[in-house]
Amino acid sequence: MIGLTHYLGVAAALFVIGIFGIFLNRKNVIVILMSLELMLLAVNINFVAFSSYLQDLVGQIFTMFVLTVAAAEAAIGLAILVSFFRTRGSIAVEDANVMKG
Amino acid sequence: MISADISAILPEVVLVLYSMAALLGAVYTGKDELTGTLTWTTAAVFVAIALWIGISGGGETIAFSGGFIDDAFSRFAKVTVLLSAAAVLVMSQDYVERRGLGRFEFPLLLAFAVAGMMIMVSAGDLMSLYMGLELQSLSLYVVAALRRDSPKSTEAGLKYFVLGALSSGMLLYGASLTYGFTGTTLLPGILATIEGEQVSIGLLFGLVFLITGVAFKVSAVPFHMWTPDVYEGSPTPVTAFFATAPKVAAMAMFARLMMEGFGAAVADWSQVIALLAVLSMFLGAIAAIGQTNIKRLMAYSSIAHMGFALVGLAAGTQEGVEAMLIYMAVYVAMNVGTFAFILSMEKDGAPVTDIASLNLYSKKEPLKALAMLVLMFSLAGVPPMLGFFAKFGVLMAAVNAQMMLLALAGAVASVIGAFYYLRIVYYMYFGTETDALETRMVPAQWLLLMASAVMMVVGVVNLLGIEGAAAAAAEALVR
Repeated sequence: MIGLTHYLGVAAALFVIGIFGIFLNRKNVIVILMSLELMLLAVNINFVAFSSYLQDLVGQIFTMFVLTVAAAEAAIGLAILVSFFRTRGSIAVEDANVMKG
Repeated sequence: MISADISAILPEVVLVLYSMAALLGAVYTGKDELTGTLTWTTAAVFVAIALWIGISGGGETIAFSGGFIDDAFSRFAKVTVLLSAAAVLVMSQDYVERRGLGRFEFPLLLAFAVAGMMIMVSAGDLMSLYMGLELQSLSLYVVAALRRDSPKSTEAGLKYFVLGALSSGMLLYGASLTYGFTGTTLLPGILATIEGEQVSIGLLFGLVFLITGVAFKVSAVPFHMWTPDVYEGSPTPVTAFFATAPKVAAMAMFARLMMEGFGAAVADWSQVIALLAVLSMFLGAIAAIGQTNIKRLMAYSSIAHMGFALVGLAAGTQEGVEAMLIYMAVYVAMNVGTFAFILSMEKDGAPVTDIASLNLYSKKEPLKALAMLVLMFSLAGVPPMLGFFAKFGVLMAAVNAQMMLLALAGAVASVIGAFYYLRIVYYMYFGTETDALETRMVPAQWLLLMASAVMMVVGVVNLLGIEGAAAAAAEALVR
């Protein structure tokens, strides 16, 4: 029987994979965008699982909001990435180093 | 019911409608030629809404089944946010025109960001809190990369976007755990669930993730990495904006989340916030010492100031919240003046941000140098200035909440931090001879610089009269 904890476990695993994808990735900014998306989807699994467990719709409504915002966020992220590529000619993470920090 | 809800959120609705109408209008007509007009109109709209909110006053309205709260606390934060945003727009207008940043989207994106902040500080539900936060953040990612042809600006935009989105993810994960373990996303509902009970381990995880997410937004150490890079890389008007309004909004949102949502579990979060505060104060004070770029220095300065504001929040009392609000208002006033000066720094027509260029500035422009001296002393927290009383307030709140060590750490950090502010003063008055710095100021910048400096001196008498409003605000939040 698959219960709440299984869903929470999957979501936690995906969330952690997303975080590690951001911090350990040394190659490409696109991979970072994918990791961000993974984190948000992990959150959505959490919300839907809790919503079904609690028999309460609020969690699913929240999921709808998160999905919409994630789409807007991806659009803006890609737009910034395009202008970054135009000035730098590369989207490698190592190249984002004009300022140290 | 719906008309009552709408009337509670009317200022936000008006602001958003204005922004959308102006955006469409500008796209179909003059585009970038309209930048100047739009800047002034937007600033006027900000001031008008601030007056409207400030005057309307009175009572607490809960709209949208608890999703939106209009009380003294949110009104205080909104007025501060709106006025500082208007000040930043007015003083950056000249810079934007002359440095080829004249895009009509700039004032309108700031208007959207401000609308997001107004929703953030009024949010009574994790959902509206998240939506307000994202409206603010998404607009700010774009303005950070406003100078599309500059490698620095696009890099700042990219870094801000990645870390900002990461922090939103953390906040959301915390929100999902909070929802799961309390069964509600309403802040009063969360409070009712934990009242008189031990906080469950799952909810504790949610709380920690929520704190992490918000700590990113207020750039508290150890979640501050983006701040210096974004401040340095963004165009200076954008930096001036980042250092003022979003900080107030994020801080106010933090306070509401903690007090209204987790106010029954102060013992669980006050230590965490105290740790963030101590780390921010010390890192901000120490890391700024080696900086030569004044924008980067202001970034570390804002990290340190956020640490002090968090001291007030960590106290977890009504006095602490009141002190934090006063601190934020004073911080914003000081930063507006300082950035009005930074915006005017140039050499041979090109903007400079090097601190060493201030050498012997006082010989050339004694009045402006004096104003900067006052502001620097106030930022450092030297006694006769208003900045000292703001710091004193938060530290006293910590002492009264039996957090002696925290207050002591704050006092030590403010002494260390004084060094780099005083170094700027030293350069201006006793530095070595170098090429003279030009500071061509338009009247708006000059007025804001002088007004801010005068406030720091005169404000000592009655704290600019905001004490009553801040007390009412704190009382509305902590019941």
